[in-house]
Amino acid sequence: MTQARFELTVGPVLFNWPAARLADFYARIADEAPVDRVVIGESVCSKREPFHADVTEAAIGRLERAGKKVVLASLTLVTLERERRAARAMVAPPGDEAGSREVDIDDLTLLGFVPPGGRFSIGPMVNVYGEATLGFLARHGARRICLPPELPFASVAILGRAAAEQGVGLELFAYGRMPLAISGRCYHARVHGLSKDSCQFVCEQDPDGLPVRTSDGTDFLAVNGVQTLSYKFANLVGDLDRLAGVGVTSLRLSPHTGDFIAVTHAFAAAAAGALSAQEALRRVREAQPQAEFTDGFLFGGYGAAPLSVA
Amino acid sequence: MTLELVCPAGTPAALRAAIDAGAHAVYCGFNDETNARNFPGLNFSRAEMADAIGYAHRHDAKVLVAINTFPRAGDFALWTRAVDDAAGMQADAVILADLGLLDHAARAHPSLRLHVSVQAAAANADAIGFYARSFGVRRVVLPRVLTVQEIAAINRDIAIETEVFIFGGLCVMAEGRCSLSSYACGNSPNMNGACSPASQVEYREEDGDLVSRLGGFAIHRVKAGAPAPYPTLCKGSFEAGAYRGHVFEDPVSLDAASLIPQLAAAGVTALKIEGRQRSRAYTQAVVRNFRRALDAHAAGRPIAAGELRALTEGQQTTAGAYSKTWR
Repeated sequence: MTQARFELTVGPVLFNWPAARLADFYARIADEAPVDRVVIGESVCSKREPFHADVTEAAIGRLERAGKKVVLASLTLVTLERERRAARAMVAPPGDEAGSREVDIDDLTLLGFVPPGGRFSIGPMVNVYGEATLGFLARHGARRICLPPELPFASVAILGRAAAEQGVGLELFAYGRMPLAISGRCYHARVHGLSKDSCQFVCEQDPDGLPVRTSDGTDFLAVNGVQTLSYKFANLVGDLDRLAGVGVTSLRLSPHTGDFIAVTHAFAAAAAGALSAQEALRRVREAQPQAEFTDGFLFGGYGAAPLSVA
Repeated sequence: MTLELVCPAGTPAALRAAIDAGAHAVYCGFNDETNARNFPGLNFSRAEMADAIGYAHRHDAKVLVAINTFPRAGDFALWTRAVDDAAGMQADAVILADLGLLDHAARAHPSLRLHVSVQAAAANADAIGFYARSFGVRRVVLPRVLTVQEIAAINRDIAIETEVFIFGGLCVMAEGRCSLSSYACGNSPNMNGACSPASQVEYREEDGDLVSRLGGFAIHRVKAGAPAPYPTLCKGSFEAGAYRGHVFEDPVSLDAASLIPQLAAAGVTALKIEGRQRSRAYTQAVVRNFRRALDAHAAGRPIAAGELRALTEGQQTTAGAYSKTWR
């Protein structure tokens, strides 16, 4: 096998999956997925956390025994008192034992808690658009930065050089529905005629998000509680040659239902240069036949543009 | 203590009108992509900005320069130049969102007053504390995701000023953390300073309906002949499962005038009116009414709600996230 050009990161499960599905998912990631890192934990809605805390704890052990690097996901929008306490506890655990796990910071709230010399990664909902911000985060201990999905390729290329100079890993959101917005309001609750505080966890009904169509029936977006996602799935598996050339070092694959393990295998083979772009795309399509794919933010001028590769 | 009234100005004429109508401070931007209201025909050249700051200072008002988009990779100098120029013109503050730009401003202009833009979405005391410690910012514009109670709690926990939106357009997403517009059409507030820009909008008659589209996506559909709403993406009418309607937000604007006493009690320093894209006449009327309301509140008199309501006649309004049921 040739040297892989990218590390692979499994992003946090963005959706409200039942505990049994989560347990099964992480067992298979541990045993079968050729990935380097797994970001695990709730990043969208703190109300969901109690339901899968035990499963997450067990999954972390299993993933680490399988040789995966485990990184803890953090909330994308921190407002409540208990969310602030949880965020603080995550970055600087009590006792601060050596080897405490790295945190994926997705809201700048957590940046203020990082102890001197602390290291962390940055998630896709932190605004890193330019090299000055990348440099600022690198000086404060960022070891890997997953860029916001909306950046065009020209920006990625410039940030790739800056990341290499700063010794920071540069990650792209490479697979799955892209997080586009976060709100104080829960849209799942709203479309079910409920409020956020009495939501009845209706988001559980949509394990890949609830599609939002325009009035003429065009699939457009997907809602996931307080988060809004693209309807189309990002899929950069056909773009890896271009990305390797500009300093992208890792790819974030965002969990979905369907044959996600097959998706990780297709990306791993393509990352190693062992598959053509066409063959890699074919395998990802086969693993997720319902999805429409895009690499529009990078290469199409807008996020919903058709794939730039056949 | 009188609340500070912070008013929008898209043009030098609107700035003078706002100040004449009683604005304590006016916020505005340079005519390029460094500000989050980068619309054709709006905003200030360097010479206009210098004149505007002079006019404001002669009338005992402040000018806050919004440089609140996220600098594009490779073009950082366009943004640092805006900060440097605003400092050189004796702007009373700059309103910034980007970490790299805040870092530059704090190092290069230690005496320049820095405000954290709403586009930074600093939504709790810890995030605000981080900006205060890292860059010495003096004020934060709070994102529109917080209740009045949460705002009061934040003010108890922080040592800097807070500014909140009181009137005008309403983002339903955490500001600065939304790329819906660029998903649909390629332009976003963060990158280009424009959400749902007019250049990407078209109105078409389809089967007896008038459909307004953004980047080709149907956002609104009304019977032909009815007034067509502007297709701001998050106020559009969509389908989600069995639901048909405004999935994200109704086509409403924010009117929290009735909450002025509660916001004052919550420790807020300044109230902000949205609308740099609005006409001079509109700005003047809104500013005059709000200034009267704030003076009445400061003097312990009740606020005459009728006057403020007239400003939104015919429009739906909401108190937004300030009331908990909005969520």
